[in-house]
Amino acid sequence: MDFPVFAVLAAMLTIATPLVWAALGAVINERAGIMNLGIEGTMYAGAFCGFFAAATSGSAWFGLGAAVVAGVVAGALMALLTVTLGVNQHVAGIGITLLLVAACDFANRLLFSSGSQTITAKFDRLFAGGGIFSQYPLTYVAFLVLAPALWWVLRSSGFGLRLRAVGENPEAADAAGIPVARTRYAALILGGAMMAIGGSFLTLSLLGTFTIDIVSGRGWICIALVIFGRWKVWPVVGGALLFAVTDALQLQLAITSLFSGVPNELMIAFPYLVVIAALAIWGRGVRYPGSYLKPYRRA
Amino acid sequence: MRIMLRARESRWLAPAAVLVAVVITLLLTAGPIRLAGANPVAAYQRYLVTPLTTVNGLSEVLLASTPLIFTGLAVAIAFRVGYFNIGAEGQYLAGAVAATIPGLYLPSLPAVLALPLAIGAGLVGGAVWAFIPAWLKRHARIDEVVTTLLLNPVALLLVQGLLNGPWRNSESGFPDSDAYGAGYTLPAIAEGGRAHWGLIIALLLVAITWIVMSFTPLGLKLRAAGQAPAAAKFSGIPVARLQWRCALISGGIAGIGGASQVLGVQHQLTAGISNGYGYTGIVVATLGALTAGGVLLVALLLGTIAVGAQNASIALQLPTQMGAIVSSTLLLAVVSLVALRRYRVVFRRRRGTPEHDGQATATDAQATVGDR
Amino acid sequence: MTAPPSAAGAASSVSAASPDSSRSSPGSALAELVDITKTFGALVANDAISLSVLPGEVHALLGENGAGKSTLTRILYGLSQPDSGEIRVDGRVKRISSPADAMEAGIGMVTQEFSLVDTMTVTENLMLAGVGLGRINRAAARAKVLAAAERIGVSIDPDAIVEDLSVGQRQRVEIVKALFHDCRVLILDEPTAVLVPQDVEQLFDSIGRLTSAGMGVIFISHKLHEVTRIADRISILRRGRIVASRPAAGLEPRDIAALMVGAESVAAPVASAENETLADALATSIGLDPADLDGPSVSVGGSALPSAAIRDRSRATRATSPISEATALQITDVTLGNDGSRVLDAVTLSVRRGEILGIAGVSGNGQTELVNVLCGTLTADRGSVMVDQTEISGLDPAARIRAGFGRLTEDRKGSVIPGLSVGQNLVLEDLDRFRIGPFLNRGAVREHVQKLIERFDIRAQPGDPIRSLSGGNMQKVLLARAISRGPKALVASQPTRGLDIGACEYVYSQLRALRDEGAGVLLISEDLDELLGICDRIAVIFSGRIIGELPAADATPEALGLLMTGHDTGAADDSDAAVNA
Repeated sequence: MDFPVFAVLAAMLTIATPLVWAALGAVINERAGIMNLGIEGTMYAGAFCGFFAAATSGSAWFGLGAAVVAGVVAGALMALLTVTLGVNQHVAGIGITLLLVAACDFANRLLFSSGSQTITAKFDRLFAGGGIFSQYPLTYVAFLVLAPALWWVLRSSGFGLRLRAVGENPEAADAAGIPVARTRYAALILGGAMMAIGGSFLTLSLLGTFTIDIVSGRGWICIALVIFGRWKVWPVVGGALLFAVTDALQLQLAITSLFSGVPNELMIAFPYLVVIAALAIWGRGVRYPGSYLKPYRRA
Repeated sequence: MRIMLRARESRWLAPAAVLVAVVITLLLTAGPIRLAGANPVAAYQRYLVTPLTTVNGLSEVLLASTPLIFTGLAVAIAFRVGYFNIGAEGQYLAGAVAATIPGLYLPSLPAVLALPLAIGAGLVGGAVWAFIPAWLKRHARIDEVVTTLLLNPVALLLVQGLLNGPWRNSESGFPDSDAYGAGYTLPAIAEGGRAHWGLIIALLLVAITWIVMSFTPLGLKLRAAGQAPAAAKFSGIPVARLQWRCALISGGIAGIGGASQVLGVQHQLTAGISNGYGYTGIVVATLGALTAGGVLLVALLLGTIAVGAQNASIALQLPTQMGAIVSSTLLLAVVSLVALRRYRVVFRRRRGTPEHDGQATATDAQATVGDR
Repeated sequence: MTAPPSAAGAASSVSAASPDSSRSSPGSALAELVDITKTFGALVANDAISLSVLPGEVHALLGENGAGKSTLTRILYGLSQPDSGEIRVDGRVKRISSPADAMEAGIGMVTQEFSLVDTMTVTENLMLAGVGLGRINRAAARAKVLAAAERIGVSIDPDAIVEDLSVGQRQRVEIVKALFHDCRVLILDEPTAVLVPQDVEQLFDSIGRLTSAGMGVIFISHKLHEVTRIADRISILRRGRIVASRPAAGLEPRDIAALMVGAESVAAPVASAENETLADALATSIGLDPADLDGPSVSVGGSALPSAAIRDRSRATRATSPISEATALQITDVTLGNDGSRVLDAVTLSVRRGEILGIAGVSGNGQTELVNVLCGTLTADRGSVMVDQTEISGLDPAARIRAGFGRLTEDRKGSVIPGLSVGQNLVLEDLDRFRIGPFLNRGAVREHVQKLIERFDIRAQPGDPIRSLSGGNMQKVLLARAISRGPKALVASQPTRGLDIGACEYVYSQLRALRDEGAGVLLISEDLDELLGICDRIAVIFSGRIIGELPAADATPEALGLLMTGHDTGAADDSDAAVNA
């Protein structure tokens, strides 16, 4: 049997794209000290809003812009709850996810109730027929622009320095004159936009349409990837690739005769289990950002 | 003197905050209701009043509330000891799967044996699903939030896999399991209504939880462990062990919830068995202030809204998701206003004794971090 | 080495404690605090304190914990706002409402808890203040770090991650950070408490370099011999007031110890006598009665009176309670830390029944760790702890409580569950005593709680949340919880810190009552009055070792003060030898 290595690798890059966008958004949030369980809902909102805007305007770019707006709003809401009001981050995040998922499903029913699936304008793959290089624009951006840029920002920019200080030791950051609340707002808004872009990849690039439960736990995967990658850009990207390659493999294996008896769903569940196993093996004793989950109030 | 003042303040401030949150929720949700072409006042009446005006409506409310009581209670117990179990969804599904096993493979068992067996299986299934994250937390200090979350989609895939594979319906070929044996039916509480004995089990668990939390030394220890783990350890309370046990109990209760639903309503396993009850359980637990009585009340409220949402979708062509929008908006509004209230109180106290505050408010949040 | 006396002339001028005197010479001081008052509820942390620091001067602030030193420096650094009084910088009134204001005014502070981001490099930490959003210039910052390190005569690796640095190195980073903002007044809050001796030398060298360059340093410490070495001027705080402020020249640790503990007889050095005369003359010249001045001649505040009363009464009662030969608490060879840095070094103590054994010592000499080891929240590397006849060193906290060990730690808030009520906290450690089957016997609990509230005079209702209680009331709750179960041995660590006099008295009476009932009490305190007042014997801890032990009847503040500073005199060496023998 010829194993289609290049097909798996190409699929890996595609599958990893939304994860890289959203997980790097989560990295920004968590580096600032906030665990954003709104990620699943934010991705969902990005997917739906992008789809809706693209469908009505006929432009995928317009859809991308709408997704960014949705992410910004979701991030700002999370910031209002956790930074300004000091609400428990788990509760606030889950609440936002529930709200956004319900709101998108509601809007979907109102706007596209006809039943037939609406196909929207979508991004095309670049270099069609180029094998592994035949990827969507956002894939190229994720790996060649976003990840290096974020790596640079966290390492070598004043903003990155502020972000890390605020997440690690907000008292010290405050003492150094860094506006803790404003920095966290910025982190949540920027991260929210990236999560939403990741979600929009599913509708605007992959499928060209919106379906219920389209994100299906990818947000939770991203939260796990961030811990697995210890809040560092490249390890998180690596984790996304690990998840993606198992997913791509199971897609390939599912159609081979060897695994024909195995229910497809168990194959789909496999990457999730790989992530949990990876956490169990490499997630021991990880060092969380110093102010993780803690609201900051000046003493 | 300052103590008296504060006690009096918070006594009216907390209900006032909730009241304001309710008003804000009604105002915020009026927008989308209008967008859907319905009259908000009529919609609220459908949501909150209509279900309670008929016997059948009441029965439906009880039916809809039953799974929420289970998941809400499960989440509340875990959160109470500072174990953030976000995996009630998966544990609920695991419980449903486990209850299905005897239902399919021992179909001829009489009800006296079948029901305890299936419910016990649900308990074990939920606890097993909760075991992995709890074990990883206790022995490898891996954040339970992430692992419980990740196991939710896995549980759903497990259900779907079973239904597409070995448990595919032998008659229709649809991805639903065969019907269970006749003994595996939780009887209706009242003739003609759909509310079933699962509710009685849920109420029993609420009562037990209430009694344990309010009247036993164990309850006091649990509360201490959740609120201030370090101080609790100092006072000789085995915090990690209590968290571990509550994690398993929490999973078990969610699992019974899943079993109750398949045994009382579906009589077979279906992919749509959950409907997000596990996640809604977090809403129920939080709005219920992590107390047994609060969980019961909020579950009944959200059950009412859910039935009302069904009503409204038929009568007003308002999509049913509006119900979830209302409940999640309510959650966010309530936690915001409760936080806002606390903030003000602390601010007022700070004038008096600056050195001693701050920590008091931080404890709740820090308790979530445990001893990380 | 000591600080170069570059500004010795200025330092020995008029009293810094007199606002009028400093007003008469504007511009000479780098920074002045004038008439600062700060209250927390009933507690007066700072009572009309005035203080100044001159260019090139090291001004030492001394006083036991709770005397108001930290409050005062927090006010100067903008972390806390005074109720009244003002701050002047270079003679001009300046509003300092945040650390940013303080930095801008040229005031820097290094606290015991460093405000460094552990996961960042030294350079990154130093770049934080004033960093923009865009590209950072790491090379320039590195160069600046190296230059600043040069100024204080230390070598710092600018690329080291802070968490990999030793405590001494981190402190140097903090000082360099202050220099980054061109600070001219540097507040060092107990800088040596956390340092090993070599680092202390390095720090003193750095301070010398800074003052010779014209900076002023406010130096807070408990360690008398250090203060006499480094300071140009010494001010002593006691219960929120400056009780003495004089040039350091000629002061011996024993004089300072006497001033600190408020001993009645002080052999005033010549320099100080001159100063008194000066202050008196100045006061007369501006039309004040010298007696009104809170000047250097007033060495004993009114607060010394109740302490003296405690002492007298206690000595009277002691005769009535015979000390048994049986041991209540036996600590043997308790050791924590490795050979290089022992936090606790073979601590051996024996508390007999019917006895209060005090442990004196300046804070940070192992007291906290000793208490944690006794309570079971910290595991010693070696040694045994026996309560009565029970070995408790391997037990968990619950089993220790059951074995008859009572705890009163310095961390009161960490000993209660803030969200539970007074009543619930009172029974939290005794829950098994109030059971009927699996249930809590609420009637018995209510009765018990009511009884404790009455017996211990707790001013609260059983249902009140414990976090709403004042410090004194909370301590009563903890006392009640520890004492009501009739412990065979009790450790009480700083039991009166932050309490008002009435509450202190109450704590003493309860500890005495417990002793009279035949329990052994281990009292750890920094307040010598307290120890002399109620203890039967007093041991002294220094650098994690018990270096001396005296019967309370023979102990004087001076003798204890010397032991507390290490090996300063022959007397200390003798008792040290006696213990080791």
